[in-house]
Amino acid sequence: MTQQDTKMSKTDLPVLLPIAERMAKRAAYEREVGIFSLRLKAQHGVWLAMLVLLSATVAQAQTTPGQETIFTVLWRWKAFLLEGFLFNILISFMAMAIGTVAGTLLGLMQISLMPTVKASSWAVTQFFRNAPWLTLLFFCMFMLPFEFDLGFVQIPFPDWIKAVIGLSLPVMANISEVVRGAIKSIPFGQWEASEALAFSRRQQLWQIILPQCIKRMIPPWMNWYAILTMATVLASIVGVNEVMTRAGQVSAAEGGRTDLLLPLYSSIMLLFFIYCYPIARLTIRLERKFAVKL
Amino acid sequence: MTQSNTPTTTWDDSQPIVSIKDLYKSFGDLEVLSGVSLDVMKGEVICIIGPSGSGKSTLIRCINALNDIDKGSILVEGQEVHSPDLDMLALRKKVGMVFQQYNLFPHKTALENVMMAPLQVLKEDKEEVQARAFDLFKKVRLEGREDHYPGELSGGQQQRVAIARSLAMKPGVMLFDEVTAALDPETVKEVLVTIKDLAEDGMTCILVTHEMAFAKEVADHIYFTDRGVIVEHGAPDVFFENAQDERTREFLGQIL
Repeated sequence: MTQQDTKMSKTDLPVLLPIAERMAKRAAYEREVGIFSLRLKAQHGVWLAMLVLLSATVAQAQTTPGQETIFTVLWRWKAFLLEGFLFNILISFMAMAIGTVAGTLLGLMQISLMPTVKASSWAVTQFFRNAPWLTLLFFCMFMLPFEFDLGFVQIPFPDWIKAVIGLSLPVMANISEVVRGAIKSIPFGQWEASEALAFSRRQQLWQIILPQCIKRMIPPWMNWYAILTMATVLASIVGVNEVMTRAGQVSAAEGGRTDLLLPLYSSIMLLFFIYCYPIARLTIRLERKFAVKL
Repeated sequence: MTQSNTPTTTWDDSQPIVSIKDLYKSFGDLEVLSGVSLDVMKGEVICIIGPSGSGKSTLIRCINALNDIDKGSILVEGQEVHSPDLDMLALRKKVGMVFQQYNLFPHKTALENVMMAPLQVLKEDKEEVQARAFDLFKKVRLEGREDHYPGELSGGQQQRVAIARSLAMKPGVMLFDEVTAALDPETVKEVLVTIKDLAEDGMTCILVTHEMAFAKEVADHIYFTDRGVIVEHGAPDVFFENAQDERTREFLGQIL
């Protein structure tokens, strides 16, 4: 065991070196992307589909003769539920758009040379990054007015818009960290070389540094989008008429059949899987592609 | 720093283009430069040699204000570099710098690397800049590589693009910070040839280098630094054959 080996990794058991290396890489990735990263696999989808089938079949066996079959019930409500799901996707699009714009600004403020700007944006980032999502959602629900009065025009602020804002806050904070991390990952020589060529700081950032960051930011950005999409169901708790709320309505409309619950909710899970899986796959592909470059 | 308000117009070729007086610089508790003075005349080639950690790189990085200084004065064309009312753009235009790690912009082609600063910083005419850039590629012997990305070029080629990129700003002085230290031995020569061409064209060059044979060949004056001071300096033939100081002799003994 040479000195150099011990320095490179934190273990002195050679057999553990590959694992230590893998864990270090993973940790570095998570620092940039956030602790929660999506690792959806095709088999997860298979398991979910089997859960839907199995629970429906088991429930079917318990139905009294004359009752509608589980599949008939689910099929009957498909348009209603899908519409709810589309609403989830709309919420995720809007929250992501707001979160990305605000998060990019916040991330840029985090690398500001002005100490107050830097410190305050850091504090905002850390606060919203570590606050529970549901708390932020409730906060927005109750603290935001139901309409904004601009004097000449009143802008209504329905619940779902408040939910969009509530969900965009943690996204903003995490995108802020993604932006900051990506900028920090650009070698310092790039700043120096452009400084020596008389570029102003603004030019350095927009012409030299940020164009190199975009590639690195896309995978974590997509990961956060997938996480956000799954978090949109939180909006049901505050009464937004999205897929989970509608599932509850379906259950109630069917007379609270308990045998319906498992197939109903697992098919919603399957719906989310079908939407998020391609995003997760693409993220992994992009990560691999950009990992070797630069 | 009484010269800080000296207008640029008082400077002419008979005065040093770069004049460093009694320069002090510390990083925290570590004093890197402890009273360095040197003058460079226009068209001169200066080589700074010395053991690593002796402050060579810090010294030339102070010349274009990449590092600030604690005490002393640096005049470039008669203008104080470390005065608060310095026109940073004017200084950076006058002083070009090439780094050990090339630091080309990887998302731009070689040609774009060379053209970027004149276009965006100096706001010069695009066609004029492009013509100049093609001339520079010829000068650094990289014709035909204009559309390559830095990642597609060898280390030596990247470093020559970096030299061309610096020259595109039409600087009066070029700083070279160990520009061959990161290169493969077989590509070192092509970069040195480029620098030699420049020197022969009359460009004022200040080089930090470990290439002794090269220093001997191109330099008008050699400075040997150790522990933050200039131990000895002189014309290359005198310096290499007749070093007076014990430290210089020891260093040359290790290297040559």
